[in-house]
Amino acid sequence: MDFTFSPEHTALRRMIREFAENEVAPIAAEIDREHRVPYDVMRKLGEVGLLGVCFPQEYGGMGAGEMGYCILMEELGRICTSTATNVGAHIGIGAMAIYLDGDEEQKEKYLKPLASGEKFAAFGLTESNAGSDAANINTRAVREGDSWFLDGGKIYITNGGYADVITVLAVTDPSLGARGGITAFILESDWEGFSVAREEDKMGIRGTSTAELVFDGLRVPQENVLGKVGEGFVTFMKSLDMGRLTLGAACLGGAQAAVDWSVEWAKTRQQFGAEIAHKQSVQWMIADMATEVEALRSLVYRVAWMVDSGQSFTQLAAMCKMYGSEVASRAIDMALQIHGGLGLSRDFPIERAFRDARIAEIFEGTNEIQRIVIASNIFRQHGVRIRP
Amino acid sequence: VDFALNEEQRMFRSMFRDFAANEIEPQAEEIDHEETLPPAMLRQAANQGFLGATLPEDYFGAELDGVSYAMLIEAVASACMSMAVVMITHVSAVAESILAYGTDAQKEEWLMAMAAGEAVGAFALTEPDAGSDAASLQTQAAEAGDEVVLNGVKSWVTNGEIAGLFLVFARGPEGIDAYLVPVDTPGLTVGYREPTLGLRSATLNTVYLEDCRVPADNRLGAPGQGWEIARQARDREAIGLAAAGLGVAADAIDVAAQFATERVQFGVPIAKKQAIQTYVADCHAQTEALRYLVYHAAWLMDQEEKVSTEAATAKAFAARVARDVTNQMVQVMGGYGYMEDYPMARKYRDARTLGIIGGPTELHQVRVAQKIFAARDVEIEP
Repeated sequence: MDFTFSPEHTALRRMIREFAENEVAPIAAEIDREHRVPYDVMRKLGEVGLLGVCFPQEYGGMGAGEMGYCILMEELGRICTSTATNVGAHIGIGAMAIYLDGDEEQKEKYLKPLASGEKFAAFGLTESNAGSDAANINTRAVREGDSWFLDGGKIYITNGGYADVITVLAVTDPSLGARGGITAFILESDWEGFSVAREEDKMGIRGTSTAELVFDGLRVPQENVLGKVGEGFVTFMKSLDMGRLTLGAACLGGAQAAVDWSVEWAKTRQQFGAEIAHKQSVQWMIADMATEVEALRSLVYRVAWMVDSGQSFTQLAAMCKMYGSEVASRAIDMALQIHGGLGLSRDFPIERAFRDARIAEIFEGTNEIQRIVIASNIFRQHGVRIRP
Repeated sequence: VDFALNEEQRMFRSMFRDFAANEIEPQAEEIDHEETLPPAMLRQAANQGFLGATLPEDYFGAELDGVSYAMLIEAVASACMSMAVVMITHVSAVAESILAYGTDAQKEEWLMAMAAGEAVGAFALTEPDAGSDAASLQTQAAEAGDEVVLNGVKSWVTNGEIAGLFLVFARGPEGIDAYLVPVDTPGLTVGYREPTLGLRSATLNTVYLEDCRVPADNRLGAPGQGWEIARQARDREAIGLAAAGLGVAADAIDVAAQFATERVQFGVPIAKKQAIQTYVADCHAQTEALRYLVYHAAWLMDQEEKVSTEAATAKAFAARVARDVTNQMVQVMGGYGYMEDYPMARKYRDARTLGIIGGPTELHQVRVAQKIFAARDVEIEP
């Protein structure tokens, strides 16, 4: 066993941290306040190659693997959850579906500009009646000759308001359900029949776009079917596995920041004649959050190593997302408590982190769905099939 | 032991719920967005007698008993925690301090105006370097003939921007004094408003006192009695805040439970899922436990007993329950729980402030521990 990062990954982390501190930190509060997507930062991330961090060099990527991608998400999560979310939706689920199941022409046409940040991606799964029950979608695709026509819509789509390329799931054979009846498509947002109906007003991650998309007789050419007809649900679930791991990595960054802020504050804030670092209530909180952060760190990077070495990781990715989001929420809650009034103030980053962190327990599969994934994997190994 | 509400309390409760549902709830989302409390809402509360909720009828108060008052705060908080906190500060922290310690002239001057909503009360105790540590107050009160000159900075003053009267605590020659300082007193400046996570339509301000002169007659209570006045005010405030926590938690369960009956996933309303049932049952248990801590502490106060321990117990527990229950109910609502056009996100943001405002949970826990260990002859310092 070797728990050290390679020199390449260490150098990558240094480069990302510098980028995050110079380019992202200065705008993190502002994009939250102004409810604005930081396009400039997204473009710069593309220019320095980071939006292709995990993709092979032949597609314009960095080839740093899932390990490199987790490092990116941890470092962004440490500074700005909105930016990490934009990047996660773009790379981790949007472009990832094309990388995993796209054909060479699709990768050439779509993955390359996504990896370089010339174009942005979104992942269109959720519908109003299909949240946790993701297979229950109603968006319909009907084939006519070499074209498919899509009618329906998606809600709560991260990056939905500005993405150029969107992967979506639609029902192609209502008689077959999730296995065989659902197909993935690649859409472009400037095609006729595509519209953005609404931007959500969210409690946190306000530097992201969460949009409702409408497809009205949207024509998609046959060559934009992603993967095989009828196998879209599997393509999407594979992408989500990747997304869940790296969301855990972003949560790791957020939780680590909570520890760092708390330690700094506890060193200086005086109450009852001493620094609050001398209070056991504060010490206990620091000890608890630091322990959970270390456990999460080990989990995240172990799973990244499993992905890069070709092992199956679905169950562990669900654990990364579930545990990561809960560790981050708990750590930020404690950081808020340690900071007292400053923790409640929008003038300081903890208040934003508190609002931002809460989404990770909900999106990319609620933590209830993660528990179902974990439990069904475990019971399956014991010959028991469970249903959600 | 009698757990039943009397007939009057039952009647009051339904009146409070109607008031909250009709006058507050419809505006709660908008005022949170706009971060202001409309004067009309305060007027409505005053018309119902709620701004003098616990004051005697002589001062146009509603003369509510402790449990009824707790139910009023609970009902208001179920619709809007900002409004509940404004009322707690006004009634429990300021008006009741005047009622308990004021001279007849002070009561005449202020209590009717407060009950009518003409003067909103603000409680100016906390300072930048005295958050939980109120005994290290730095604001000075210097005697100058028949006047007192106040100098210092107060922070996180609830109702700062809407107040007509500030109850200011300052260090005088004989210890901590309390002073009634009208908002138009030269030298009193309402400054920075904290942009807060929750309670966005309440105002929490820094207040500057720069050679602020008030007549010596504006001292509330005897010289050096300010600390005792503050302690009692904070006990009442703690019970009020605990009642607000109860209101927000109970309403969060109502809203999420209703959602769970309507939201269909995997072919059934999610209410049919055991995980959701567990969440709701667990939150209900916590909320009902809180209910009886709150009502008991409120009842005890009417018996004119010292309630510091019960108040601290209820406040610390309420902060945890309100946070955990709203958090869990956000989860029940999934994505809808995270959107600002549904009420749960606001409830979650509001509820989290309870762990800090009115003193952090850790301080209340130390107070409870002090009492427990004092019975065993061990003295605890915070």
